[in-house]
Amino acid sequence: MNTPVQQIVPEDRALRKPSNKFKFTRSVRVRLTNRLFKYYFLFSILALCFVLGLVIFFIGKTAFLTFGHISLSEFFLSFNWNPEEEHFGAAAFIINTISLTLLTLVMAVPISVGMAVLIAEIAPKWFKNLIRPVLDLLVGIPSIVYGYIGLTVLIPFLRKVSGENLGDGILAAALVLALMVLPTISRISDEAIVSVPKKYREAAYAMGSTRLQVIMRVILPAAGRGIIAAIIMGMTRAIGETMAVVMVIGNTAQLAKSFFSPTSVLTSNIVMQISNVEFDSTWNYALHMMAFLLLVISFILILFIRFLGRKGRNT
Amino acid sequence: MNEMTRSRKMKRSILYNKSATFGFYALGVLVLLLIFWLLYSILSKGLPGLSLEFLTKLPEDMDIGGGIGPVLFNSFYILFLSLIISIPIGVGAGIYMAEYAPNNKFTEILRICVESLSSVPSIVFGMLGLAIFAEYFQVGLTILGGAVSLAFLNLPMLARVTEEAVRSVPNDMRNASYALGMTKFQCIRTVVLPMAMQGIITGICLVAGRAFGESAVILLTAGLSTSGEMWDFNLLSPGETLAVHLWYVQSEAIVEDARQIADKSAAVLVLVVLLINLLFRIPLWITNRKLKR
Repeated sequence: MNTPVQQIVPEDRALRKPSNKFKFTRSVRVRLTNRLFKYYFLFSILALCFVLGLVIFFIGKTAFLTFGHISLSEFFLSFNWNPEEEHFGAAAFIINTISLTLLTLVMAVPISVGMAVLIAEIAPKWFKNLIRPVLDLLVGIPSIVYGYIGLTVLIPFLRKVSGENLGDGILAAALVLALMVLPTISRISDEAIVSVPKKYREAAYAMGSTRLQVIMRVILPAAGRGIIAAIIMGMTRAIGETMAVVMVIGNTAQLAKSFFSPTSVLTSNIVMQISNVEFDSTWNYALHMMAFLLLVISFILILFIRFLGRKGRNT
Repeated sequence: MNEMTRSRKMKRSILYNKSATFGFYALGVLVLLLIFWLLYSILSKGLPGLSLEFLTKLPEDMDIGGGIGPVLFNSFYILFLSLIISIPIGVGAGIYMAEYAPNNKFTEILRICVESLSSVPSIVFGMLGLAIFAEYFQVGLTILGGAVSLAFLNLPMLARVTEEAVRSVPNDMRNASYALGMTKFQCIRTVVLPMAMQGIITGICLVAGRAFGESAVILLTAGLSTSGEMWDFNLLSPGETLAVHLWYVQSEAIVEDARQIADKSAAVLVLVVLLINLLFRIPLWITNRKLKR
């Protein structure tokens, strides 16, 4: 119904004039810029894809040199990361990254989804208008400042509460990350909940449901896909976050055995070591392989969100 | 009478409902308090000691009383350069996706590309910059490398905000302008873009705020040092920014007042990001109110 007419009538035919064939008239100029800018916009989007290609090419090219020096199983299965003695086992970092992300989500998801429900369903308008910009503000705070707050406020606090002599570790990192992904998850879930059709709610209220029942049995299931997409967006942010994590995690290449043992994840290990290594060393290749792994994980998560979206449209 | 007809189950669900509402409000208030406490603790520690001298002075290696002049300048310089590079391409890509992209497999692939690029962790862009500028072109850690890598990071977000802003322009506007005989580009330039401008500028502010505080990319591509001069516009000198300086001061610096410098730098960082987000919106806000009248 509401489509632009140009999609129905091709523009060139509507515009073409028979006269003034060889002069550089206004109509020629207009058509020329029209054509030119169409190509410019196409070029911009292709430039974007080219950057993606650059990322995959430059990181991947160096990354796969790793396996000329060490075996696939050593990189992925060994826990021994000791570059000075030529041991490049990244399993500990991979497992730490996964457990840090899960711990972050365990803390962030209930709070963020709760916030989303509050904003979208319960709160009066003035409260919504207050809380949405404030959450956006939280996104804007630089990650290094989160790390600094974690280092100067959170870690002394954890030290006092737990009685450990070192506060850094996976728990401190997860707390900082949870605060960082909170606005991401709650704003996207908020959108998902708002887009649930009003008639679902009205039908449920007409049956005599209380608001809690409507939220739990109608709205959350209906917005489920959107909320899962929001959680995955939060996950990609948590996995890729570097500077906030590196300041509070302790940076020791070992498996996280407790909440307070200093460890290292993929991103923090890369940033701590990459500036000190020779470009043509197995060490550097292994660090690039870890970056490539991060890349692959993020791509898989993004494709999963698309898959969810497509499935949602079909049903 | 009404109380009599309510069954026990009903009473229970009403009770649950009330306590859940209370719980949601409590959660919201707690989170708000946490955010305000966070901002307060950053700003209150750093702002009182802030002076113009601190903002313009050179950093010291050994003595007390160093400033953040060059790093603050580099922050703005790199941000400016990266926006110069990324805005034309990012906005162009967004316009293509919103206005030109036909509904087919090719567009689908482009969309996957944009989304993948926006999910790439910032540290990976830093490594890309390192590989291109330090290794391939052999120029070392420079302002130019930092700005280009930061521009890469900005691109997908710019494309997304532009696409959303352009899409939200109603189709009636386009139809009206086509009815006057405009070409597609004339329509975009004179009708669609002015209407979408507010959304695009808000988006650019978000991107700029994020880029201003970005540290992982700059750390790897522009380095941990400055050229030691205040107004150094040379593209090939090392360009430590404020966010990186915060990292450097708290992790490696040996000056005695490192803690105060870090507190003040964090406060300046947050303050500038807030200003970028607020200041640029004020003119838009004013024109909006004029339009409504």
